[in-house]
Amino acid sequence: MGGLARYLTLVPSSVMIGAFFAVPFALILLTSVSTPDDAQDYIYAFDLQHFERFATWFYIERALFSAGLCALIAVLSLLIAFPFTYMLTGFGPRAQNTWLIYILAQLSLSEVLIAFSWQILLSRTAGLANILVWFGLAEKSFSMAPSAGAVLAALVYLAVPFSVLLLFPALSRLDKSLIEAARTLGGSPLRTFFTVVIPVTRPAIISSGVTIFVLTLGAIIVPQVLGRPQHWTLSVLITDQAIFNFNMPFASALAVVLLVLSASVIFAVTKLTGGNKS
Amino acid sequence: MRALRWLYLSIFALYLIGPIMVIAAVSLNEKRFMAFPPRGVSLRWYSEIFVASDWFAALTNSLLIALCSATLAVAIALPIAYGAWRHGLRYAKALLAMGVAPFILPPVIMALAFLILFTSMGNLYGNLITVIIAHAIFLLALPLVTISLGLESIDRALIEASQTMGADERTVFRTVILPIAAPFAFAGFAFCFVLSLNEYIIALMTVGATVETLPIKIFNALRYGYTPVIASIAVLFVTVNIVIFALIARFSNLRRILGAME
Repeated sequence: MGGLARYLTLVPSSVMIGAFFAVPFALILLTSVSTPDDAQDYIYAFDLQHFERFATWFYIERALFSAGLCALIAVLSLLIAFPFTYMLTGFGPRAQNTWLIYILAQLSLSEVLIAFSWQILLSRTAGLANILVWFGLAEKSFSMAPSAGAVLAALVYLAVPFSVLLLFPALSRLDKSLIEAARTLGGSPLRTFFTVVIPVTRPAIISSGVTIFVLTLGAIIVPQVLGRPQHWTLSVLITDQAIFNFNMPFASALAVVLLVLSASVIFAVTKLTGGNKS
Repeated sequence: MRALRWLYLSIFALYLIGPIMVIAAVSLNEKRFMAFPPRGVSLRWYSEIFVASDWFAALTNSLLIALCSATLAVAIALPIAYGAWRHGLRYAKALLAMGVAPFILPPVIMALAFLILFTSMGNLYGNLITVIIAHAIFLLALPLVTISLGLESIDRALIEASQTMGADERTVFRTVILPIAAPFAFAGFAFCFVLSLNEYIIALMTVGATVETLPIKIFNALRYGYTPVIASIAVLFVTVNIVIFALIARFSNLRRILGAME
């Protein structure tokens, strides 16, 4: 097969990626700086008015809230997932596969269904509050959603399977002789865990945290179903502008902000940690 | 220490599986209202998925979209992964990097990008083909990664040996490369299928106005109050997901795909 033929096989794939990724992506950037027009809604120009609209306290507060919430979720889900993933890598191949299958199944579950299950868990009639009544901690059952806590709980639940899979490669490739050495030198299992396992896997922990942060920034349904409008994140606002207000230019401007926010966090964290992504 | 380990593992398992168990229990309720523990046991909300024409239509829509987009994604990914691995083409490697990008971005950004693109294309907007293409592009990263992993696991000495014995490029592909890479391509297909089935925001922004997929229908139903069909669908989805990932584990190397080995 000649040199040209090699490239010819790549033509269909190139066309698809070009037409349906590069072009629409460029359209978002163009639309975010478009200007209103009487005849056809908006025309391409270089008008920063949509970004000026973002630069008001209402939207900046929403951006800060989104970033803070997602950072908190990243930390909590890693705390929950790390010890489990560490134990998982010690299991036999069969047990590992079984767990991985279940974790993948839950991870792929639609965000709509995660929101639904937490709506049930936090409801008055069928929820966790009934357990509190059972133990005599509450007098009668009550609804725990909508609230900021409900959004947080459901998003952490959403993020935990991702955290497990993100930590899995680094932890299963961890040199087990390091742990054995620490144990032979008299370190307790807990001490070994904190002084050997965590420091060695630090780069993986940090890159997983960043990925979880970006991932939860993308959550759309949980904040709508389990939160009040003041708990809506940037992604929800973008959907709201695009679908219900048909304001593509402002939705695009918010999308650019979301893009810059995710990219700068990824950049800052990889720079801070010396760029050794694993 | 051992007891502590077991305690932690059980709590973790309960945390992961508990909410799903609650839905499963709720889905068995005999009456229309939500109750846990269930009052009266019946499977009527499961038969409702297939009997109620609107739920069944949403189910077939979702299955059709998932099947087509997973096939399309594999078809786009295969030449790229092959070109990058077999010929080391720099252009193929650039395409590979670009093809992974849509999956890393927050999905709402790609959803909005598709909305703007397809609404500007007139007649095409709302057509089923748009969501198929959109899902294929969004999920392209999965077959790209799994197929590349599969190809990298091939011993190049094997290829050289078959070439010395006189096999041409086509024969090498068919007899050496394909049998080893196929399970990984299947894994990429299955990952795409599952994620397309569960995907909400891109489907909403491409065909939300004309076609109802299951996640869209569930979300709409949620907003107008509770119906037990959602609980039975959730259980159906978890089951489908488990079956597909079990198939990947059976026919491909799940731990390798998830990065357990170099």
